[in-house]
Amino acid sequence: MKARVFVTLKNGVLDPQGKAIGHALNNLGFGSVGEVRQGKVIDIELSEQDQAKARAEIKDMCEKLLANTIIEKYEIELKA
Amino acid sequence: MKSAVIVFPASNCDRDAATALTQITGKPPAMVWHGDADVPGDTDLIVLPGGFSYGDYLRCGAMAAQSRIMRDVKAKADKGVAVLGICNGFQILTEAGLLPGVLLRNAGLKFVCRPVEMTVEESQSAFTRAYKKGERVRFPVAHGEGNYYADEATLDRLEGENRVAFRYIVNDNPNGAARNIAGILNEKRNVLGMMPHPERACDPQLGSTTGRPLFESLIQALA
Repeated sequence: MKARVFVTLKNGVLDPQGKAIGHALNNLGFGSVGEVRQGKVIDIELSEQDQAKARAEIKDMCEKLLANTIIEKYEIELKA
Repeated sequence: MKSAVIVFPASNCDRDAATALTQITGKPPAMVWHGDADVPGDTDLIVLPGGFSYGDYLRCGAMAAQSRIMRDVKAKADKGVAVLGICNGFQILTEAGLLPGVLLRNAGLKFVCRPVEMTVEESQSAFTRAYKKGERVRFPVAHGEGNYYADEATLDRLEGENRVAFRYIVNDNPNGAARNIAGILNEKRNVLGMMPHPERACDPQLGSTTGRPLFESLIQALA
């Protein structure tokens, strides 16, 4: 089983890196660019074959380490 | 007072902390490796030093917060042992759940390395009793992620319980920290996390000695 975890900043949390990327895109001539938010993608291989168990395990990993839930939210994608 | 400094891979202020502690307490601290199980049992003060533990992988302080020694640091903090987290040490304390909030990337995106002026906001703690409330101090900062963030309710609670220990001077906030917060105490007031470096402001040759009373406070409180 493969899992892909998307970790992004919660709405309302200042993202200075996203802002800088937005400015750089504007400077490159991409005039239609509005707000930019950046985050992380984490790919994890799991030996667990059961979807529900795998999802629960990844969720636990997100809560304990992968995301800081004070400022970040996460989404989990599973592929068999 | 017996002190210990935790050494993580890529800590780089562990020796600064050890030098200041040795000069001020008269005894060298125990240097405790992150992979060790225990801090010496008679330790009165644990220092989590500045640096870039684990290369700031994932988030600054996130990996160090999960290291083996932190289980004992948490257990000792729960028992009332004083814990001082400086810079990366502050980041580790928030990631470990010993202090609320989180340190975000500096609002200006740049690494900031310079002395900053602060006020001592609270003298009622083992870390600050040798200061007067409102006293100005000047410690260096050196960080890229020192922008203190917590939700409004948490910030209100910190203020209401007089747990903001140090605050940057208005108009000289180096990182965009909420309410100019430079350092905070936990609920039991035995854990202090701060971004500026008091251990680098203890020797006249370094331009400021206003960090000394922090360690003298601890000697008064814990010796």
